[in-house]
Amino acid sequence: MSVPTIRDKAAVVGIGQTRFARSLGQSETEMAVEAIWNACDDAGISPRDIDGLVRYDIEQTDEEQMCELLGGPSIGYFVGTPFGGGGSASVLAVAASAIAAGMARHVLVYRSRARGKSSSYGRGRDQGGRYWEKLGTDLSGLNQWHVPQGLVSAFQEMAMISQRHRIEYGTTDDQYADVAIAFRQHAMRNPAAVMRTPMTREDHHASRMIADPLRLYDCNIETDGAVALLVTSLERARDLRRPPAVIRAGAMAAGSHHIRLSNLFARDPNAESAPRVARALFAMGDCAPADVDVAFFYDFFTSMVILALEQYGFAPRGEGGPFVENGGLAWPDGRLVCNTNGGQLSEAFIHGLNNTVEAVRQIRGTSTSQVDGCRLAFVAGANTDPTGAVLLASDR
Amino acid sequence: MTRVVPRPVPTADNAPFYDAARRGELRFQRCADCGTFRHYPRPVCSRCLSRRFSWERVSGRGEVYTWTIVRGPTLPAFEKELPYAVIDVLLEEGVHFVSRLVDDPPDEIRAGMPVEVVFEKLDDEITLVKFRRRR
Repeated sequence: MSVPTIRDKAAVVGIGQTRFARSLGQSETEMAVEAIWNACDDAGISPRDIDGLVRYDIEQTDEEQMCELLGGPSIGYFVGTPFGGGGSASVLAVAASAIAAGMARHVLVYRSRARGKSSSYGRGRDQGGRYWEKLGTDLSGLNQWHVPQGLVSAFQEMAMISQRHRIEYGTTDDQYADVAIAFRQHAMRNPAAVMRTPMTREDHHASRMIADPLRLYDCNIETDGAVALLVTSLERARDLRRPPAVIRAGAMAAGSHHIRLSNLFARDPNAESAPRVARALFAMGDCAPADVDVAFFYDFFTSMVILALEQYGFAPRGEGGPFVENGGLAWPDGRLVCNTNGGQLSEAFIHGLNNTVEAVRQIRGTSTSQVDGCRLAFVAGANTDPTGAVLLASDR
Repeated sequence: MTRVVPRPVPTADNAPFYDAARRGELRFQRCADCGTFRHYPRPVCSRCLSRRFSWERVSGRGEVYTWTIVRGPTLPAFEKELPYAVIDVLLEEGVHFVSRLVDDPPDEIRAGMPVEVVFEKLDDEITLVKFRRRR
């Protein structure tokens, strides 16, 4: 009897996106529809063919509305992944699971975000703009332990984690700049990217310190936009118009979250979600980090890319900093070419899913920073959340 | 305009922490079987899975494990305090607690710096647990 697995059972066959900008002046629903339509056109299927939905659980348009937007009540399978960016790669692992189990035939995965600083879809906490400015004053959840102390947002929590990495390993401002500059260079070749002006080391160091050790240029940008992907069986994918991006493997793991710092600092780093995901992922894929042609880390902060390199097994613990030096992540000759769209630091902040769309382009051979002969792409969710990762591969 | 400070709303799981803070005591849950202290409050010991525990008073002494200096943006309630230092304290009893360093200039923070607890009353129900440098 064969072991059940999602390996090579499903593939991404359509990708779509809106424009990315500081503000688009559109609702999250409008942006979602545009990205979904574009993905359907790309795949050559009708929105009415979509019968599965796998989304971030904080998406604002619900399943009942999706029936109307997709032109009929065809949706049979629908789930959401939690923890925002932590679930940004898990959505594809779950979509592949649905396909492998026969629960759906065409699964839609998307994220729409009015996350520009001045954008807002509604007054609710998850309805655009800066979530942390809408936390309210009576805190009953985990925010009650940090927010009253003045630790109010993810960038400050990440600063605490980043500082600890510097204490233990001597990570430097120059290494942070190496990440920011490499991704900016990628964005400069990508017409869809929001940040396309050159960045020097001096520019990085001169940017405003917002929460030591993080400067403005260490942080993801705040943008509006949406992206969508369509997943179907590998068998069906071979009949469609685009080269399939095969979901070679997928894994998820619960673990610490950056809002729960007291737990995060108390736990064994090797038992955390990202290292566990890496072990499960490469076991399913029957390969190793060294086999990866291009990688996409959840680049909400430069420092978190350095940490992720270590957690996912691309660099030994404590050596993520030296790994990124001298263009270590830059196309075309870096040690490991990463985030070739410019990532969330320079392309757009669509909760990681814009990186996944770029990973599909790499497998198709259509990136503006195309890795020669790219056959295997690694895509990871946020590494300080309960998280997940997938491997996308070319077919044959 | 009044300054609206975000405040914790105690729950059934964690009310004893806030009751203690109001009395000027720092208390954490401690497993009655294996003796491990824990934070955040929860009804089971993650180490030995025991559900027996007490709320035990701790020394209030620890050291800075990591920190950030918040320079803004931040919530309007804290803007007047910029820049300020948020620290993670590793207490002598082994638990981590995220707090604020008071009294000292933020730029003097170092890893391992000894700190001790201080209590700051927010209102009749809530007293916040903060830390200052221990000399």
